[in-house]
Amino acid sequence: MSEGPEYRKPLPTPSAVSQPFWDAAREHRLVYQRCRVCGTRVFYPRDICPGPDCFGIGTLEWVESTGKGWVYAHTISYQPAHPAFADDVPYVLAIIELDEGWRMNSNVINIDPQDVKIGMRVEVVWDDVTPEFSLPKFQPAKS
Amino acid sequence: MDDSLRGAAAIVGIGELKPERTRPGRDAMSLLAEAAYLAIQDAGLTKRDIDGLIMEPELAVGGGGGFNAKMAEYMGIYPTWATGCDAQGAAGVAMALQAAAYVQAGLATYVLCGMGAAIDTGGRRRPAAPARTETATTEFSVPFGPTVAANGWYAMIAKRYEALYGTTVEKRAKICVDLRYNANHNPMAIWHDTPITVDDVVKSRIVADPLHLLECVMPCAGGCAFIVTRADIARGMRHKPAYILGGGLGILRGNLTHVGEITICPVGGAARQAFRMARVSPADVQVKEIYDSFTITVMCELEESGFCNKGEAGDWVQEHDLTFKGDHPLNTHGGQLSYGQASTAGGCAQVTEAVRQIRREAGEHQVPGPTDVVYVTGSGGAFSQQAAMVLGSEAAL
Repeated sequence: MSEGPEYRKPLPTPSAVSQPFWDAAREHRLVYQRCRVCGTRVFYPRDICPGPDCFGIGTLEWVESTGKGWVYAHTISYQPAHPAFADDVPYVLAIIELDEGWRMNSNVINIDPQDVKIGMRVEVVWDDVTPEFSLPKFQPAKS
Repeated sequence: MDDSLRGAAAIVGIGELKPERTRPGRDAMSLLAEAAYLAIQDAGLTKRDIDGLIMEPELAVGGGGGFNAKMAEYMGIYPTWATGCDAQGAAGVAMALQAAAYVQAGLATYVLCGMGAAIDTGGRRRPAAPARTETATTEFSVPFGPTVAANGWYAMIAKRYEALYGTTVEKRAKICVDLRYNANHNPMAIWHDTPITVDDVVKSRIVADPLHLLECVMPCAGGCAFIVTRADIARGMRHKPAYILGGGLGILRGNLTHVGEITICPVGGAARQAFRMARVSPADVQVKEIYDSFTITVMCELEESGFCNKGEAGDWVQEHDLTFKGDHPLNTHGGQLSYGQASTAGGCAQVTEAVRQIRREAGEHQVPGPTDVVYVTGSGGAFSQQAAMVLGSEAAL
């Protein structure tokens, strides 16, 4: 579903610390960070550990997620906040909790927005929006 | 006496501008300055008396920091102590508590606190939400669809709340209707002339499921300011002092997505500290000024503050009359939903309304019963940081 050079929605602006996430995304691998000292799972990418009893600096390692999880929270957006999303409404904004116990924002797609329910099992599906960026979106789990 | 803030300081001057959809030709500095001048005059002070400033850094014009200094020069007020207060919608309450600590510590005697918000649409529709993606958190949210203000985040809270506790728009709408009744009795409220019904709320369009348009605050231009001084000085001033009896500010997260149960809002810890310091319980509160960016915000704050159990706010608001004449007066000026939200000045207006009720100078929307113990909250981000404060009259000391 690449929209190639016509893609007009906002793209991520990677930093040195987040670039590995987008590099993996381009290869359709969903990654997060885990602290090798305390085990805390971390997302969004950081270079220090936010674990409650941890002072780890440079202790976070990239780990590949199964890409499976569930809908923790969601809304159906009826009002596009950015003109490039105008043709998409209504669309689902969601907080996805991955099975490894970390959360990220995404969209739930390939389903009627009204049918999305909290607790629904979902799996990652890659949206190759530009040659540089593939966005991890989620669809109802097949299994 | 203990060494807490209880009764150490009071709010002795208030000033605010009527929220408007647009204030053509006015920037945030000028709106803040106008509200500040009103507050200084209300207190019976001169600009030369003001020796402490707490201004809202978010409104810095031109960037580069130094907003207190820029505002000081702009107004011709030269303090000997000044800080900012980056607490978003909680800034009104947080500034009052910060100011109380400053005057108690002797860093300043008369602290001017305030914020202003400009909207000059020039006749155009409001611009689209910024699509910036260069921070750690916008990078991982905006590409999936930026939300209009906080609508998307609060809609996710409300939808999860519905799933966990089974509330409905009809139940939430009661909050909008009672607050609108209050606004209909406050000439300063932007919706003063427009009554609404539960049906109006339910039939208003859905902005982000499940939140309907009339459950969401409308951005306004305006300004709000107040003056805090020591209690012993306050007693000799022209208005009945509104004493700061206790307070706190809790942080649970910086963004909604990653940490904790999102239907839990951060005011709980702040409220417990505020009540403990003030030596009152939720049952002693006579007036509530609860930060209302959305209906769901009020419901979760009522629960976490201890006015009802978790998940019961939808029923609680049905069982009580929240109008200024009711058994649980709430947001007596109309709340931000019906008074108007001039950015962080909306949270400040909850503080100035509490002062007005304690002074018994609220006019048509004055609570008829006692107003000696008033509970005020402020809320910043999407359930990121919230502040709680108990204000009281001389009788509550």
